[in-house]
Amino acid sequence: MAARRRLPFWADYLLLPFLNLSLAFLVSGLVVLLLGENPIAAVKLLLYGAFGFGEAVGYTLFYATNFIFTGLAVALAFHAGLFNIGGEGQAALGGLGVALAALWFGHLHPLLAIPLAVVGAALLGGIWGFIPGWLQARRGSHTVITTIMLNFVAASIMTYLLVNVIIKPGQSAPETVTFAENVWLPQLHGLLQPLGIAIGRSPLNLAFPIALLCALLVWIYVWKLRLGYELRVVGRSEPAALYAGISPATHIVLVMTIAGALAGMMALNEVLGAQHRLVLGFTGGYGFVGIAVALMGRNHPLGVVLAALLFGALYQGGAELAFDMPRINRDMIVVIQGLVILFAGALEHMFRPTLEALFVRTRPVPV
Amino acid sequence: MNDLFLQVLLLADSTLRLATPLVLAALAGLFSERSGVVNIALEGKMLGGAFAAAAAAQLTGSAFAGLFAAIGFAVFLALVHGFASITNRGDQVVSGMALNIMVAGLGPTLADAWFGQAGRIPVTAEGARFRPLTLPFAEEIREVPVIGPIYAELLSGHNILVYLALLAVPLVAWVLYRSRFGLRLRAVGESPEAVDTAGISVAWMRYRALIVAGVLTGIAGAYLSVAQNASFLRDMTAGKGYLALAALIFGKWRPLPALLACLLFAFADAVQARLQGVEVPLVGTIPTEAIQAIPYLLTILLLAGFVGRAVAPKAIGQPYVKER
Repeated sequence: MAARRRLPFWADYLLLPFLNLSLAFLVSGLVVLLLGENPIAAVKLLLYGAFGFGEAVGYTLFYATNFIFTGLAVALAFHAGLFNIGGEGQAALGGLGVALAALWFGHLHPLLAIPLAVVGAALLGGIWGFIPGWLQARRGSHTVITTIMLNFVAASIMTYLLVNVIIKPGQSAPETVTFAENVWLPQLHGLLQPLGIAIGRSPLNLAFPIALLCALLVWIYVWKLRLGYELRVVGRSEPAALYAGISPATHIVLVMTIAGALAGMMALNEVLGAQHRLVLGFTGGYGFVGIAVALMGRNHPLGVVLAALLFGALYQGGAELAFDMPRINRDMIVVIQGLVILFAGALEHMFRPTLEALFVRTRPVPV
Repeated sequence: MNDLFLQVLLLADSTLRLATPLVLAALAGLFSERSGVVNIALEGKMLGGAFAAAAAAQLTGSAFAGLFAAIGFAVFLALVHGFASITNRGDQVVSGMALNIMVAGLGPTLADAWFGQAGRIPVTAEGARFRPLTLPFAEEIREVPVIGPIYAELLSGHNILVYLALLAVPLVAWVLYRSRFGLRLRAVGESPEAVDTAGISVAWMRYRALIVAGVLTGIAGAYLSVAQNASFLRDMTAGKGYLALAALIFGKWRPLPALLACLLFAFADAVQARLQGVEVPLVGTIPTEAIQAIPYLLTILLLAGFVGRAVAPKAIGQPYVKER
């Protein structure tokens, strides 16, 4: 490996993702053509829909909040060499935790009720991350498979509970009663108004700063703490970790539990910040998109936040696009997400050899 | 007593119907995973097949056109999977996930634009569906005790894809254990270096495995949209690809045990459909969700080594780099 030429930092972290992303959007443009619409006009509508006016920006940030949580859940586990596909199930269980806390403690003072709901989300999501972590560490079961299976188990649990147990009495839609207002996360439009920032009636709420705080904490955990250093050693090489006296099992269980808790906290934004009740299927695929977010963001918290903004803009802009272009529906966003994962994740090395060759040719001869 | 016998037969009958897509997808997974490529894209390839089958069958009015379109599209997806994970040595799980997500969006998007039915494609054209086949003499021997009803109710009256799936199992077992291709396939999943040393291309072996998997998932998809049902619906695979993957692991990556696992999971599904709201003695009503979760829980327990031990092909998940 000594002969391996490394790309300059900016080419590795900016140029390469940019090239991959461009290709993903190019193919998306072809799909738009296939649908019989004009891709250029679609991009304009999408950008306007995502950033064109205050309310749009609010919605973009609202969706980005979901993606920060689920993206961090994937990125963090990745540092231990684990692939966490279980964000969807962990988020669902997090929603259950939020709902139970809100139903039990919703009458308390907000300063007590809201932290309890946050704990509820992190606790149940954390349990759903702990299980595959423990199974991986102690029994050697691969997290890819166990987290997929646990997603389905979580879906069964949620369906059962929402249809039979915590459903609002006297109705057939699988959702709980609306929570007491004490436990609602404060929305930000009221807070930002005096500062001259208008975000309309968008549901952007306190979960957004909480998500940013989580990203910061993840950065500190992985790069500033001894715990994080050991974690990265485990991710690089388990034998090396063992040799250095680090227990891979402990770190695997810990990191999966924290990852689960992060995914679970996505529910704060959706359930506690916007819908104010638990609705079946509120996770809406955000857990899976977290994979794309983590890949795009190179598993770095800052990258995750930026990628989450990109996906938030896609989500919000895509919704506006579907509204304005009759031949395009919301599923088009899912196509773009899939293409981004394909080109930015699975095919991330496609341009690398070419780029490396280019850089070698243009680089001055070292003296 | 006779009534109970008929009930059991009907249960077995619906088990067979529900197991068909699982069997085809599990065999597809078998080929690719035995060659060393993790295939969580079974779900997406099957869904893509279902979409292509419904669209082509509805436009041409031919079920076989639908079948071939499904196979073609699923093989195309398999080639994309191969290009990413074999040629470019990308992560097999990530590329599989990407395909799943992309197809989940692409189907309804194209269906909406082309057929304008809110993301679904109804298959209503004459001859666009695979019809049940009545096996010879089914009606004549129906009155024969025991054998008659088994033949007429359980074995006869399925569409051709069900029989195809059942025939595929011994065929795959033969290819895997008795043919040169199968030997090399198993070798490439266990020790690609050895295969490479023998002068056989690891990449080409894995591509071929993925192509076969594409064909099988395509058939499974066509079964869903133009045989079992008469339309393509958003997310109509509903986790069947993952369930097939679970069955494959449960069957320890071998054809016959995988078939049995598929039948077991399908049986659980069939029972679940019948038990809805029924009081079971001693237990009361069993929540259908509990039965639905059983296959997934069983797979987790198996992977954890609590019920037997599943050992994956050794080289699974690792891109092969020549001359490392």
